[in-house]
Amino acid sequence: MKQAPSTFPRRPPWWRRPQVQAWLLQALLLAAVLGAIVWMFGNALDNLARQGIASGFGFWNERAGFAIATSLIEYSETSTYGRAFLVGLLNTLLVSALGVVFATVLGFLIGIARLSPNWLIRQWAAAYIELVRNVPLLLQIFFWYFAVLRPLPQPRHSIELLGLAYLNNRGLYLPKPILEPGFGWLSAALLLGLVGCLLWLRRARREAGSDRGLRYWLIAGLLLLAPAAAVSLAVGLPLGWELPEFRRFNFRGGLVLSPEFVALLTALSTYTAAFIAEIVRAGIQSVSQGQREAAYSLGLSPGQTLRHVVLPQAMRVIVPPLTNQYLNLTKNSSLAAAIAYPDLVSVFAGTVLNQTGQAVEVIGVTMAVYLTISLVIAALMNWYNRRVALVER
Amino acid sequence: MRVPERTAAVLAWARRNLFSSPLNALLTLLGLWLLWLVVPPLLQWLWLQADFVGSSREDCRGDGACWVFVRVHLDQFLYGFYPPAERWRVNLGIALLLVPALPLLIPPLRRFRRVWLLALLAYPPVAWWLFHGGLGLSVVDTGLWGGLFLTLVIAATGMAAALPLGLLLALGRRSRLPVVRATATVFIEFWRGVPLITVLFMASVMLPLFLPSGLSLDKLLRALIGVALFAGAYMAEVIRGGLQGVPAGQYEAAQALGLSYWQQMRLVIVPQALRMVVPGIVNVFIALFKETSLVLIIGLFDLLGVVQAAVTNPDWLGFVLEGYVFAAAVFWAFCYGMSRISRRLERRPDMKAQEQQEMA
Amino acid sequence: MRVRLFALLLLLSCGAVVGLAQAASTLEAVKQRGHLRCGVSQGLPGFSTPDGSGGWTGLDVDFCRAVAAAVLGDADKVRFAALSAKERFTALQSGEVDLLARNTTWTLSRDAELGFHFVGVLFYDGQGFMVPKELGVTSVAELDGATICSNAGTTTELNLADWFRARGMDYQPVVFEKSDEVAAAYDAGRCDAYTTDRASLYAQRNKLKNPDAHVILPELISKEPLGPLVRRGDDQWFSIVKWTLYVLIGAEELGLTSANVEEQRQRSRHPEVQRLLSVNGNSGQGLGLGPDWAYNIIRQVGNYGELYQRNLGRAPLGIERGLNALYTDGGLMYAPPFR
Repeated sequence: MKQAPSTFPRRPPWWRRPQVQAWLLQALLLAAVLGAIVWMFGNALDNLARQGIASGFGFWNERAGFAIATSLIEYSETSTYGRAFLVGLLNTLLVSALGVVFATVLGFLIGIARLSPNWLIRQWAAAYIELVRNVPLLLQIFFWYFAVLRPLPQPRHSIELLGLAYLNNRGLYLPKPILEPGFGWLSAALLLGLVGCLLWLRRARREAGSDRGLRYWLIAGLLLLAPAAAVSLAVGLPLGWELPEFRRFNFRGGLVLSPEFVALLTALSTYTAAFIAEIVRAGIQSVSQGQREAAYSLGLSPGQTLRHVVLPQAMRVIVPPLTNQYLNLTKNSSLAAAIAYPDLVSVFAGTVLNQTGQAVEVIGVTMAVYLTISLVIAALMNWYNRRVALVER
Repeated sequence: MRVPERTAAVLAWARRNLFSSPLNALLTLLGLWLLWLVVPPLLQWLWLQADFVGSSREDCRGDGACWVFVRVHLDQFLYGFYPPAERWRVNLGIALLLVPALPLLIPPLRRFRRVWLLALLAYPPVAWWLFHGGLGLSVVDTGLWGGLFLTLVIAATGMAAALPLGLLLALGRRSRLPVVRATATVFIEFWRGVPLITVLFMASVMLPLFLPSGLSLDKLLRALIGVALFAGAYMAEVIRGGLQGVPAGQYEAAQALGLSYWQQMRLVIVPQALRMVVPGIVNVFIALFKETSLVLIIGLFDLLGVVQAAVTNPDWLGFVLEGYVFAAAVFWAFCYGMSRISRRLERRPDMKAQEQQEMA
Repeated sequence: MRVRLFALLLLLSCGAVVGLAQAASTLEAVKQRGHLRCGVSQGLPGFSTPDGSGGWTGLDVDFCRAVAAAVLGDADKVRFAALSAKERFTALQSGEVDLLARNTTWTLSRDAELGFHFVGVLFYDGQGFMVPKELGVTSVAELDGATICSNAGTTTELNLADWFRARGMDYQPVVFEKSDEVAAAYDAGRCDAYTTDRASLYAQRNKLKNPDAHVILPELISKEPLGPLVRRGDDQWFSIVKWTLYVLIGAEELGLTSANVEEQRQRSRHPEVQRLLSVNGNSGQGLGLGPDWAYNIIRQVGNYGELYQRNLGRAPLGIERGLNALYTDGGLMYAPPFR
């Protein structure tokens, strides 16, 4: 009897098996990627060596030799390039942090206004959003800097604000608080007051049905300020003020907000606020109408509904894109290079790059800093998301 | 029975929307006050007291905007430093863009898909030949390209490169193969985590170092590469959302039909995914269009760059507002137009995500 | 299908190897390309200014044209690249330009650390200050506490810092990328003083709203020898550009101008002139150039005096020769012999 030919599929040859093909593909991809990287760096080293340009991070400890207009920490021309990097980084963080705060406040206001029952306010909010969102940020920065702040008067003809502050085209000069000895005690007292206040708030919240009336808030405020007041009475207010004074060319002393800083901060805040407003609107609209109706039927006013029912639920939809906007704001702060505000890109990837000529190291470090900031904010958002998801249980 | 008076409807609307409560009334007053504060001075400056006629600085006599400034510089704002004699090439090149775009606007033409694809693929080399020269046309160096023309070139190239690159990266990120997924993820997160200005610096300053000596890329080309990679990463995230939104049943059905991976993607998954995230894609395009203005920092004269150069020109000092308002108006027109198109596309029946969910 | 993918990836990885162009010498590259690529500033009157329709004028521009005349025989075969202070060095390093003539100050670190060779000094200058007359300032020493505008990424910033610190004086810096932006800021009153090379101060003053309302202070706080640069590693190109500069100076020393050089080539009996203009033999042979190299320079561009007069000496700038005069007139311009 002849055996029937086997129609059972035979094992395919090794080069046709999917697993093998997958691994071969990956190996090839890895080789291509690594090959490209090696080739590029080889070229770079070759080019640098051929032209005698220095390599490595030796420049970090060399004398910088240039001045920086605005700095949060001590800096002079004898400081190192490393210190200049730090100054730029702090300036970036400062403008980003303040920008985030202002943008959030403004954005929430406009987002809620966008949903206001008042037709006129709704249109104003919509007009703001549509206008600001569709014009490039760089143009807005230029507008604030060149069209609004540049035409301010010269120092000698400054606009005086209550005899304490001065506004001119070199900046806004405010009185600077000086911390005299004894401020340590005051801050300790403030901290104590804050702790007491928080404890009181938590205790009051636990008592069910407690009416959060005027008395409640009064006690909270008293707890907050009493220790500080006591210390001030005992020691005298340990806070001095340094007022700006006009010398021959400029105002000296006091707190200076340069026009570059103000223009950048204003543009960043207003621009990002428009995006945040849309996110807030989408978030609030995502909460189903049923929630609102249930709240009304319970007797809550529209304001109370917004605060206690709608916003908490909306936050879950709002927060992820919101952190994305914060990230965008931080990255957009690098546009400071266009108006000479000394942020990280302007100082480090600008002046330091020019003076040392070491493009690879300088730009590499700058990108690494921004990548780190991105990753940190993304991690924070993931943590918040997970926390919110658990609370839902 | 008496027909109710029509005017009462307006009053009723006003009562409901503007004066329904004391707070509302206050807000309405605030809104009206803002209107009074902003609109009349704006109209006066923009139009009523503005100078429209003239050819030199002396013709700017009024208190309002001096649009003479814009008129005198209009050619520069539109074409940059492109030689005047060759500007017809720019006009022709941009007009030719309508050819591939026509089928999108006139539905009956969509039957000729092959011809459309051919026109789309043929456009870049033809446009390059028209704009740059060679083969019978005089060469115009890319250093002379500028103004709105350059903005459109950068934006269009960025958009054209971002879609395929983003698609590849999104597919890579969702791949089961670990190396492919890791490479795509690292690539995407890298480009999304850094500001565009550092990418442009990297492209214009570092890229020449990474290439072998003797091979030097045009400055515009370097900027285009940076912009394309940057936009591609953002597009990848948007498309990835779309790929995630396609129901698992579609993937399984495609597999069950015996299609290979690329056939599945090409015929079943990607068309659905792209339709789902059209608003997201247009958002990336709008952002890209706005971000092209950053190239002025590396020395390319896009629309904002030319305007900025014109307002700092010593012969025409003091017309900053006119220049910026003009540039803002142009950008706004393009971006707002794109967002309106996106909203209209969202409402088209075959783009509705919900319908597709139901079909699955 | 996967096979096609393999092939594609293989191709890509091979493509990484392709493209290693031979590092041709700059002279050959320029001759092959048919034009010279020259890096200049983005607009500095007197040195390099675009004239709005693609052409350029200025001292640096004329120098580039001289090099083009020497190498290619035609002074118009130059493409100019407007570079900011930030990108000028990387443009030269990367090969985007063959020569950088961008009023760059010759310093030790730039010569030694950045991988360049300065070919010589085209213009001796110093760093000066300009202030509005209404401030009533007569000397730089009175600028304690002032706000001072300058260009970003230049020796100006560093000199300013050094000078003020050495005298215990204080100042607020305001820096911008382009000279036009700095001038606009100064004119708008954003700063009290404007500092840069003195020749540039004269040039920028003419562009201000009211040039007569500004005064340039007498002090020069630093030496600013401005000169063209080339990349390291190409000695022949370095010599060519260097000797172009010396031809310009030497021509003025020998009394050769663009008008009379033709006649001088036929008639002159001066041995130095004959050697320079290759009357008997080829003076450019050692440089790899043809016999007409020096003749072309002088005929098409002129001698140093003509360049200076055309760009800086006549109105509206009217800057005196000073240190830029020939050594026989008390200046520093001196060319080695053409033997």
